[in-house]
Amino acid sequence: MTVLELRSISKVYGRGAAEVQALRDINLSVPAGTMVAVMGPSGSGKSTLLTIAGTLEEPTSGAVMINGQDAAAMSGAAKARLRRRTIGYVFQDFNLLPGLTAAENVSLPLELDGMSSRRAHLAGIKALEDLGLGDRAARFPDQLSGGERQRVAIARAVVGERSLLLADEPSGALDSVNGEAVMRLIHTYCKRGTAAIVVTHDAQLASWADRVVFLRDGRLVDQTVPPAGPESLLEQQS
Amino acid sequence: MSVRHALLALLSEGPKYGLQLREEFEARTGEVWPLNVGQVYTTLQRLERDGLVEAADGAVAEHDVPGGPGAPGAPQKAFRITEAGSAELTEWLRVPPDLSSPPRDELVMKVLVAVTVPGTDVHEIIQAHRTYLVQLMQEWTRLKEDDDGTDVAFALVVDAELFRLDSVVRWLDAADARLRRAMADGWTPARAPQATMPALARRRRMGVRQ
Repeated sequence: MTVLELRSISKVYGRGAAEVQALRDINLSVPAGTMVAVMGPSGSGKSTLLTIAGTLEEPTSGAVMINGQDAAAMSGAAKARLRRRTIGYVFQDFNLLPGLTAAENVSLPLELDGMSSRRAHLAGIKALEDLGLGDRAARFPDQLSGGERQRVAIARAVVGERSLLLADEPSGALDSVNGEAVMRLIHTYCKRGTAAIVVTHDAQLASWADRVVFLRDGRLVDQTVPPAGPESLLEQQS
Repeated sequence: MSVRHALLALLSEGPKYGLQLREEFEARTGEVWPLNVGQVYTTLQRLERDGLVEAADGAVAEHDVPGGPGAPGAPQKAFRITEAGSAELTEWLRVPPDLSSPPRDELVMKVLVAVTVPGTDVHEIIQAHRTYLVQLMQEWTRLKEDDDGTDVAFALVVDAELFRLDSVVRWLDAADARLRRAMADGWTPARAPQATMPALARRRRMGVRQ
């Protein structure tokens, strides 16, 4: 099942001489259970692609289909509900609210979506426990390490069975061991059926994805073919 | 990769049989580098010739021998490290391996040549190599997926491969950006400045260092 489909997406900012074509005719489809990494130099349109996929911004032309529904045809309320229930976002700087504990940060989107605060809190604790952060639930963000903060941010992004995870340089500020832990986590969620797009400039992190697409000047210029099993490496070695 | 020193390292723990050395070598390098038993015996013979190991029959406990010392085809000879072998091992650990670049790195050559061949888009060539390298990295990362992080030797080997490939991807990114900037400024390969004689001598010395 395709969770996200971008059909001929183009995005233009400004007009006339100041016109900037941020994305040109992007076609991308992300099935459930799949992680796609988007690589490209800064200014290639990676972040724009992510905000459009997340319905935070509208394309100039083309269609964003989420779980088979055209985002452009949805009412404002329906789109807001989609963003609360279906899509999870992870940012480079974590974006945790400093005045809330780890558990409150995770349960907040559920409460905003109308869940009772008690149920939301339990779901938040459960999501943290899944990530091995059960004992950090009552801590505030400034009492957590960078790696822990990013894991809390991921728990917040996936809590409530969301089907699409969008991450912009999710391990940008972390060392390689913590960066790998973050990618492993996103990978695990994908194996459970989530679809994910991860924007990164780091090839080691991108290599956790099922497919890597390369963006250059707003165009998708190339992509990796889904890797063969590990057997091919062993054949190569012998 | 120095099988010779890896075997010395294993023997520094105590006397061992050839088959046992092979199994332990593979286990301790994350099972990524298979080693055939012939290679083990050839290496042991050379080590013995050089006085770095010596025969140690009867010195190995039976339960330490895969299949037992009397198993069909199991060679009977055990080895122990000599004093000279220990000194050699200690020395090897400290001496940096030769990391000077090959005289003509093939990927670098391809990019340099792509700039000059008419009708060739060097950025497209760079992208083709980038895609290939990232694909290779994906295959190595797949190997990590099955491991929960407890096989440290394996993780070290895979990380080394990933960092090596990653550095090539980074070089391609940097080359791509440098060429874009230079071409925007009107640079062409035909208009390369001539280096001064001393600079030229220094460059060549570095380039052919082995």
